[in-house]
Amino acid sequence: MSGLIVRGARLLGGETGDIRIVDGRIDAVGSVDPAAGDHMIDADGLVALPGLVDLHTHLREPGGEASETVLTGTRAAAAGGFTAVFAMANTSPVADTAGVVEQVEALGRQHGYATVRPIGAVTVGLEGRQLAELGAMAASRAQVRVFSDDGHCVADPLIMRRALEYVATIGGVIAQHAQEPRLTEGAQMNEGPLSGELGLAGWPAVAEESIIARDVLLAEHTRSRLHVCHVSTAGSVDVVRWAKKRGIAVTAEVTPHHLLLTDETARDYDARFKVNPPLRRAEDVEALRAAVADGTIDIVATDHAPHPDERKECAWAEAAFGMVGLESALSIVQHTLVDTGMLDWAGVARVLSTTPAAIGGLAGYDAPLAVGAPAHLTLVDPEASRRWSTDELRGRSRNTPYTGITLPGRVIATVHGGVPTVLDGALVDADTVATTAGGR
Amino acid sequence: MKHLLTTRDLDREAAVRILDVAEEMAATADREVKKLPALRGKTVVNLFFEDSTRTRLSFESAAKRLSADVITFSAKGSSVSKGESLKDTAQTLVAMGADAIVVRHPASGAAHRLAHAGWIDASIVNAGDGTHEHPTQALLDAFTLRRRIHGADARGRALDGTRVVIVGDILHSRVARSNVWLLATLGAEVHLVAPRTLQPAGIDEWPVTVHALLDDALATEPHAVMMLRIQRERMVDAYFPSEREYGRMWGLTAERFAALPADTMVMHPGPMNRGLEIASVAADSTRSTVLEQVTNGVSIRMAVLYLLVAGVEEERA
Ligand SMILES: [Zn+2]
Repeated sequence: MSGLIVRGARLLGGETGDIRIVDGRIDAVGSVDPAAGDHMIDADGLVALPGLVDLHTHLREPGGEASETVLTGTRAAAAGGFTAVFAMANTSPVADTAGVVEQVEALGRQHGYATVRPIGAVTVGLEGRQLAELGAMAASRAQVRVFSDDGHCVADPLIMRRALEYVATIGGVIAQHAQEPRLTEGAQMNEGPLSGELGLAGWPAVAEESIIARDVLLAEHTRSRLHVCHVSTAGSVDVVRWAKKRGIAVTAEVTPHHLLLTDETARDYDARFKVNPPLRRAEDVEALRAAVADGTIDIVATDHAPHPDERKECAWAEAAFGMVGLESALSIVQHTLVDTGMLDWAGVARVLSTTPAAIGGLAGYDAPLAVGAPAHLTLVDPEASRRWSTDELRGRSRNTPYTGITLPGRVIATVHGGVPTVLDGALVDADTVATTAGGR
Repeated sequence: MKHLLTTRDLDREAAVRILDVAEEMAATADREVKKLPALRGKTVVNLFFEDSTRTRLSFESAAKRLSADVITFSAKGSSVSKGESLKDTAQTLVAMGADAIVVRHPASGAAHRLAHAGWIDASIVNAGDGTHEHPTQALLDAFTLRRRIHGADARGRALDGTRVVIVGDILHSRVARSNVWLLATLGAEVHLVAPRTLQPAGIDEWPVTVHALLDDALATEPHAVMMLRIQRERMVDAYFPSEREYGRMWGLTAERFAALPADTMVMHPGPMNRGLEIASVAADSTRSTVLEQVTNGVSIRMAVLYLLVAGVEEERA
């Protein structure tokens, strides 16, 4: 049977080797002799990573197709080296029923660029009042395991308690968008000297930290699992560290943008830098990087949030929150954590693939690049460098905050279940991917 | 100077120049023919996304006295609120030939965005943006102070040693922010007074002395006390418990007014809540500058429009 051979890649232990892929699985690793008919990818100088997994993506379909669709979003994902994305529930209609999550999952399967695992809403309509049918979504073909009202905080402590207890019975996890709503009414940016000067309503760190503190205590009390989305402050890191030391089953994520950018970016009122939670102080950025390095923060997740130009080309307070991040995530992680010596490439595999898959209950990622495992892999050229612009984007929206910054690294190839989705640094066309993936 | 967006980036020389040009403009107001030909053939657009009759009339009057063509565009309730972006609106106005756009907007930073996003090339005057700044108000306040203190001898002078107490909702006040930067630049000693709930984050880094209690600030025997308008709905958001308590602790009551030094000026950017932040006896006294502030507003806005629109041309020539 003919296969695909990745020739001479740097493997996670630092050694150089080949990887042979046959029939969607890793067939051999090390020194591999090509068989007749094998296709070759020259990976000289490239780092081989397991396919990246994003636990926090907004694909916008259904309802927000002007910003992104499952197809355009998974193309952006593939371009960024991702082979699986967890799609947030704040679509229209909201992903709070088995019907919606099955539709989204099926679209991902049909297009083939990445595995799409829908996240189910915790409460009906994300309204925070009545639990959605979590069991029905878990039992559906979409096999939902992660539940989140992201965009909104599950603020009511009773609803949060019940949700934590209830998902424990179906092996799920609640992913909390930690934002005390009363403390952040009208909030526009990090509360600090700059918000005071710019006259923008502040989003104080305590509004995040107090919810995380409450939720880890609820997780302890209910003996349930909690995942904290987009941790953004040094104080939140302290709370999570305390909770882990106490043995509470909590995991935490940070976004690439919170690892790089600070609230100073608001000074020009350019709404491309408007995001929720907001960009924080330089001290927070430092604490977040250290927390990824020491494992307090388990994963990096993009919070890829596409918006059309008109939602950003307006006054700051009128603009939408969010930035796209799938295409740039790996470069930002390399820039902030690898090139600073805080994380090695095996660590990158941990925070961007193995652990997010484990948190999300996604099979096939627990033995990265091992013989017999599904062939999800990403080849990155760590020596490449790019002056970032909207030309680097592959999704439908252009709201990247990195324009003009020179970023290291480039994804040269992405293979999703044996199907190449990126080759020679370019997306494989949609028909080829759909056909090849469908043939499996 | 191409834009006037904030008083923060005005240096002392530029600020004094604006005040001096405003003195020239004020002098013309006393003449029989009040109009100057300075901006003949120029178009000034007043783009108001927020109702403010007094500021709009002040700018209209200033532009007309300079012989500019004036277009007033009240964007509130127009196509703008139906989804047309700030960018689209601005580009439309420039297509109509606007040389300067005077913009009032409920969102902080709107004027800055118009000036710096690369959408348009006109001069932008910030006529109040959200809770950020209102630079012409601060300039007219400084002008008013300077005239009262130095009289006919005001030209060329700053406000060195002038002690000004600003009282009220600093957190939400664009007037306070613009005054803090401008008055400090002009050498004044600025004191801010507000309950902790209405003090913005980072106020300790501002070039001011902060007091929680009004009586502590008034004990410094200021040359001027500027009372800010307090919005009654702030109570609902728990910034303070009641109007009565606010008035008692932070209002310029008749008793506090009586205890002030005899020459302390009383300022208010208007419109006033009589009996809440200011007692009528203070508002109506000869030490009140409230009506002068309105008159001086036209002179300051003439100076700003002149320097931005005619001045840019001088620099280019
Ligand atoms: Zn969120």
